[in-house]
Amino acid sequence: MSRLPWYMYRKEWYTSVPDGLQRPRLTQKSNSDDLLQREVSFNCPDLLRRNLTVAELGLSPVAGRAGPRRSQGTGSSPSDRGGFLHESQTPRAVGDTGGRRGGVRALKFVGEVVLEPCRGIAVEFLSLTDRGDDPEMFGPEDPNWKFGSEPTITVETSVPFTGHKIDPPSRSVETTPSELLSFFREMSLMRRMEIAADSLYKSKLIRGFCHLYDGQEAVAIGLETSITKKDAIITAYRDHCIYLARGGTLVEAFSELMGRRAGCSKGKGGSMHFYKKDSGFFGGHGIVGAQVPLGCGLAFAQKYLKEGTVTFSLYGDGAANQGQLFEALNISALWDLPAILVCENNHYGMGTAEWRAAKSPAYYKRGDYVPGLKVDGMDVLAVKQAAKFAKEYALKNGPMILEMDTYRYHGHSMSDPGSTYRTRDEISGVRQERDPIERVRKLIFSHELATASELKDIEKEVRKEVDDAIAEAKESPMPDPSELFTNVFVKGFGVEVSRNTCMSFGADRKEVKAILP
Amino acid sequence: MAASLQSAVFLSNRIDPHRRLFASPARSLPGTKGSILVVRSDGRISGRLSGRNLITNAVATKADTPTSSTDSKPGHELLLFEALREGLEEEMDRDPRVCVMGEDVGHYGGSYKVTKGLAPKYGDLRVLDTPIAENSFTGMGIGAAMTGLRPVIEGMNMGFLLLAYNQISNNCGMLHYTSGGQFKIPVVIRGPGGVGRQLGAEHSQRLESYFQSIPGLQMVACSTPYNAKGLMKAAIRSDNPVVLFEHVLLYNLKERIPDEEYVLCLEEAEMVRPGEHVTILTYSRMRYHVMQAAKTLVNKGYDPEVIDIRSLKPFDLYTIGNSVKKTHRVLIVEECMRTGGIGSSLRAAIIDNFWDYLDAPIMCLSSQDVPTPYAGTLEEWTVVQPAQIVAAVEQLCQ
Repeated sequence: MSRLPWYMYRKEWYTSVPDGLQRPRLTQKSNSDDLLQREVSFNCPDLLRRNLTVAELGLSPVAGRAGPRRSQGTGSSPSDRGGFLHESQTPRAVGDTGGRRGGVRALKFVGEVVLEPCRGIAVEFLSLTDRGDDPEMFGPEDPNWKFGSEPTITVETSVPFTGHKIDPPSRSVETTPSELLSFFREMSLMRRMEIAADSLYKSKLIRGFCHLYDGQEAVAIGLETSITKKDAIITAYRDHCIYLARGGTLVEAFSELMGRRAGCSKGKGGSMHFYKKDSGFFGGHGIVGAQVPLGCGLAFAQKYLKEGTVTFSLYGDGAANQGQLFEALNISALWDLPAILVCENNHYGMGTAEWRAAKSPAYYKRGDYVPGLKVDGMDVLAVKQAAKFAKEYALKNGPMILEMDTYRYHGHSMSDPGSTYRTRDEISGVRQERDPIERVRKLIFSHELATASELKDIEKEVRKEVDDAIAEAKESPMPDPSELFTNVFVKGFGVEVSRNTCMSFGADRKEVKAILP
Repeated sequence: MAASLQSAVFLSNRIDPHRRLFASPARSLPGTKGSILVVRSDGRISGRLSGRNLITNAVATKADTPTSSTDSKPGHELLLFEALREGLEEEMDRDPRVCVMGEDVGHYGGSYKVTKGLAPKYGDLRVLDTPIAENSFTGMGIGAAMTGLRPVIEGMNMGFLLLAYNQISNNCGMLHYTSGGQFKIPVVIRGPGGVGRQLGAEHSQRLESYFQSIPGLQMVACSTPYNAKGLMKAAIRSDNPVVLFEHVLLYNLKERIPDEEYVLCLEEAEMVRPGEHVTILTYSRMRYHVMQAAKTLVNKGYDPEVIDIRSLKPFDLYTIGNSVKKTHRVLIVEECMRTGGIGSSLRAAIIDNFWDYLDAPIMCLSSQDVPTPYAGTLEEWTVVQPAQIVAAVEQLCQ
């Protein structure tokens, strides 16, 4: 018999295959003589349909990477180097060109995913629903569980945490090569998406308000890494990237921005109203600060229903001066709700610098009796650590405030050039010294996880993915005129359009009453 | 005979703050036999118990059937706030996701005793005492509703909910639409409003006019214990956000309501008194002023048809339209302000739809466009008095 590749002789590859794969609802087909072809597929009802099989992915056996880079590796992308599933990561299918959202060829149907445990290829599910239903699916609850033996990299955050009435967590954060590579890819995707949105806005395909998140990607990614889809996130209007992090697709995002039917809110919400109920993303709110009481209400529901999950309510330094925030914080502290208030402090509330708007710009201290933590929001590992710490704290003790020290490169929105209240030197200074993507790039280089050309390949792929998504979104039609009246009420109100009058809602409504449940 | 019975029933329901109405000893929840009765506003019953004798109208109508007046009085008597409580309690028993949040609803028992006894029974997590922070606790209720809970948010006085207007308008009303149907907000926002007994301007506000143009919100106003309980239950069961307007002066109304479980329709109006000459549309407290004026009118030979519209948004144009087609004259009596009130919207809706059936311009009697004064005599004339109603009908019917 021919000699199998070196990695197939490593026991831990097989023993670490989680039981979840053997569960009855997963159909398993395996070629017993060739473990490389082991394919596990299952049905995820709520998904976009993507069917990627090994053949279609064109994957070929490549050396897994369990340590320093080997010359054996034939694949060109970092993911071929061996990515493994981290418990908190949402699994997805990855082709040999790497990339989170498959971006690859042969995107077909619904919810089959290829799992390649013995190959050192990170496989990610497109199904968030599924992941949410069964968090043990890919491993035990231990957040440090690793699928396969991948080395842990310990990184020290550049800035220590500062605590208010709490002992801050340690500066050393553990991560894995695949996680770092996924950070890089994710953040590049978000950056690319925001820049594409900028140019779409300038060509008048996106109208109204468009608030861009570039520069702040580390917050979105870092939060997402430490939590599950059952935890809830709610934010204000700078929500495009958080929507992506929570599992939204590029096509849905761009369609919603352009007001098309394929959008996440069917084109009726717009830039400020992205929602994804099945993965715990509650929006998307236009009124500054109004989302914080909503977020505390979500935490209340989580406590009421005993779900053991937390809610992250994101707001900005401008919203930190809203009274309703303190009211909600008071109630959350009284009732011990698992609410974590995250202040994304990008130092400017539209055109007003924080020192001009707040007498006390130490937002993490403003909770007074509620403990707070100040985090370097441009360092994705610091955010990851802080989120994990906060979740553990909130589940036991009640609310907590996290202040993310971050920065946005664009202006407040597309109608704000962003340079009238700050200097261009400041912006470029932050971009050079603190850019989140550059930091991850440096980490990747320093640990020799990928070459510069590989990272460039990722960036090119990401760019292509975004362009493809825009093209697809542009093809989506505008909503039907009858959609004007749908979803105003639940259960059939306002849907009928009579032939005689074009307005069928309100006093003219034909249907007089609805049947109550 | 029937008339005196009718007036006797009416008198017992009249508002009289000086008269102490002693409630019958608080009954435990009537044991429901698992049957749901759906009672239409015109008295028709659907459900398994259609054959039973039931007092289906809150106020005895002219066409009183002999059987109902000689019944051995089925049902139990209680005050309006107790009826609200009963409805709330039944819904909380039925669905564990229903919770109440408001100021002083828990340990204190509710400022109008609507939630009295619920906190010891259901615990602090289901009957929540909030701090005085309407904006945030309304927001929290809406946030909780996004995940599937069904909170009942109480404003101690409707006027305080103005502080929560942003949450009610933007988040409560619009989230179902802006999320493309992903989230539904099954909240009930309730509280007493209206002009009371010299409570002052800020505590005598009528918010129907401010909320009526929020898309996505449903509004109902209760006026009798019977419809209070039914509307409360319907509002809690509805998947839409519902604002339930109660009135400070109506909390002590006493009435006999059925033992069986019943749920009223949120969008239907109630026919209080059928008639031939003029349609009087009213809601909440003004219903009683209208009925008082109706007595005078009947003595003068007029036959008014009185409809309690109950559903302030959307209007029940079906019932109203049928009535307009019969009588051809409409008088709207409301407690809202003249400018931009419910009456003006209703007037516009009737004109748009039933113009051909009108013989006279629609008259609308509403409160004056002034902040409610403290002095008793002035306050009395801010709202519509029965004498004005009589005069208006006489003018309409010329």
